Amino acid sequence: MKYLDEYRDARIARALAAEIRRRSSRPWVLMEICGGQTHTLVRYGIDELLRGSVELVHGPGCPVCVTPLEIIDRAINLARRPDVTLVSYGDMLRVPGSQTDLFHVKAEGGDVRIVYSPTDAVNLARTLPDRKVVFFAIGFETTAPAHAMAVLQAERLGLNNFMLLVSHVLVPPAIRSLLGSPKNRVQGFIAPGHVCTVVGCRDYEDLVREFRVPIVVGGFEPVDLLEAIHMLVTQLEEGRAVLENQYVRSVQYQGNLPAQASVARVFEAADRKWRGIGSIPESGLFLKSNYAAFDAERVFDLADICAQEPPECISAEVLLGHRKPTDCTAFGVRCTPDKPLGAPMVSSEGACAAYYQYKRHLVTL
Amino acid sequence: MPPTINTNATSLHSELVSTDAPKDLTAFSCPVPLPAGERILLGHGSGGKLSADLLQQIFLPALGNPVLDRLEDQAIVSINGSSTRFAVTTDSFVVKPLFFRGGDIGSLAVHGTINDLAMGGATPLWLTAAFILEEGLPLDTLKRVVNSVREAATHAGVPIITGDTKVVEKGSADGLFINTTGIGQVRDGILLSASQAQPGDVILVSGFLGDHGIAILAEREGLQFETQVVSDSAALHELVATLLDATHEIRCLRDPTRGGLSSTLNEIAACSRVGMELDETSIPVREEVRGACEMLGLDPLYVANEGKLVAVVAPHAAQTALRALRNHPLGKYAAIIGRVLSDHPRMVVMRTPFGTTRIVDMLAGDQLPRIC
Repeated sequence: MKYLDEYRDARIARALAAEIRRRSSRPWVLMEICGGQTHTLVRYGIDELLRGSVELVHGPGCPVCVTPLEIIDRAINLARRPDVTLVSYGDMLRVPGSQTDLFHVKAEGGDVRIVYSPTDAVNLARTLPDRKVVFFAIGFETTAPAHAMAVLQAERLGLNNFMLLVSHVLVPPAIRSLLGSPKNRVQGFIAPGHVCTVVGCRDYEDLVREFRVPIVVGGFEPVDLLEAIHMLVTQLEEGRAVLENQYVRSVQYQGNLPAQASVARVFEAADRKWRGIGSIPESGLFLKSNYAAFDAERVFDLADICAQEPPECISAEVLLGHRKPTDCTAFGVRCTPDKPLGAPMVSSEGACAAYYQYKRHLVTL
Repeated sequence: MPPTINTNATSLHSELVSTDAPKDLTAFSCPVPLPAGERILLGHGSGGKLSADLLQQIFLPALGNPVLDRLEDQAIVSINGSSTRFAVTTDSFVVKPLFFRGGDIGSLAVHGTINDLAMGGATPLWLTAAFILEEGLPLDTLKRVVNSVREAATHAGVPIITGDTKVVEKGSADGLFINTTGIGQVRDGILLSASQAQPGDVILVSGFLGDHGIAILAEREGLQFETQVVSDSAALHELVATLLDATHEIRCLRDPTRGGLSSTLNEIAACSRVGMELDETSIPVREEVRGACEMLGLDPLYVANEGKLVAVVAPHAAQTALRALRNHPLGKYAAIIGRVLSDHPRMVVMRTPFGTTRIVDMLAGDQLPRIC
């Protein structure tokens, strides 16, 4: 496949891995932020190739995993209402809320539908004028423009039966919170390439300056990630800390300005709770008050639905990179993708699920 | 004659619990573990672990008997100790949309059941067809489907010898459902079973994987994308006959339908208590299918096929089997994709081009599109 196979070339990957091992004088601790990157690292066994030279810890970049329990409970509450059609990306359906999940609500008769694009949900609202169509809008900066476009499109069409249940999170505040933690071990970051394609690189440059930590914007294929790791190790060995862009075929410094403009028109940042982590200042996007009519939380008054996560849950430690999925006593024994105990085991992009799916044969359970 | 009920999804996949795992897990309380629930979920029909749970927890305890308990794609029975062995299988077809590139629910209902007979080494003799029709279904649609059943059965040389029609209220079925049952005669000297794979055996597939699943997805509501991919739906009994004419050293044949190659291989590994190692670079997947899977966040190893077979073959017969498959038009792109090991029993492992390995697991539920 053109534009993909080049970045999966085993010969180039092996050469890069050898060069990283040669350069690395100590096992540097690096974090990839995005769940898509975690998936690639584990699927291709890149962590195995670099064992001893680089320790890869997996960041909080799976939007499904970090969606708070109470938001899932709110989605479930909406899906159970007879007048609501809840529309979602597929992998949210299996995520357990505090009592049940959306698949079970669907089996009970709730109108839950899967789409690939939020504009499909807008079209659904047009064809179902008697129903309230709520799109479960989750994700990082990557999905925010599409969700903003859906709201703007619904506004243009004069739809009053289309809403979003928003659970949007932002990457830079999470990195800031991680670097500010006294438990932090991470010495360099692979920034999420698709997030930066949208928002550009400026926020990451600020983080580099503030914390003197090297950050490389990285892609998602094995050769991309190995190159990004190579760039980070080179900086660390030379004692430098700058922002570099490995993913030049997609990321421009300014990012995608029209996409940023649509997001800014519809959303504003405020404190947001992350599942397993807690509240992080200014880390979420919320619909602005002039778009309140499109905000399912305001229209349906869902604020009373709260859920407390047990503080003992190790998923927080995993999402913050303090511990590995395999450090958990329940991993693969009591916690599996078909019976997940915690969020990172649910989505295929979750760190625990990636370890379970690809690496179970390498650990003693 | 004992009752012979065939259930297609099989798995004896066991939980991985080692004796030295800590027993006291009370300190751990992540968000609530959900039981598989008290209702049927769509995932129970995906051919993966949930389907296997249904078999183990509901069907086998209630209906189990020595023939059914084999959990092959077809029951093998004989009458009053006769040396003539018959294969019996039944399958229901609920595909949506009814018509797709390369086939429709009618041809699929014929091919699917013929293939389940063929995978038991049987020559298909007769088919039955039962139609469940939804009130309001246009007669033209029914005519098209029935014509397609006729064409597929005629082309395969297998007559439909009895049938049934029921009509249900609007909303109780999605247009129409078809059930077909097949009866075939097992070739003399042939015994194929998912429990016969042995370390050293070679694993082959008869061609490109994932065509059917992608052709269907391309026409699903909300997902229309342009693709040249055509369903591979085809009757495989002649391909199997060609293969068995060339060698009898075949341990097991399976058609990797729902759940794809990964589920089929996991079933064989579990039944035979062996491990498997696949070579990622040798698995045939069309460029278009790879592209569509990349776009949709799917893995071709989990995508359904309706005209492919997986063969586990004794090592010395592997090249003969490969040649035989490639000599038939339906096996032109056959390939050797891996081997059976004594290591890591019940696990299928993929060797990546990077020299690393990863697990190829059974699907937990439906394969879900990823968010980004």
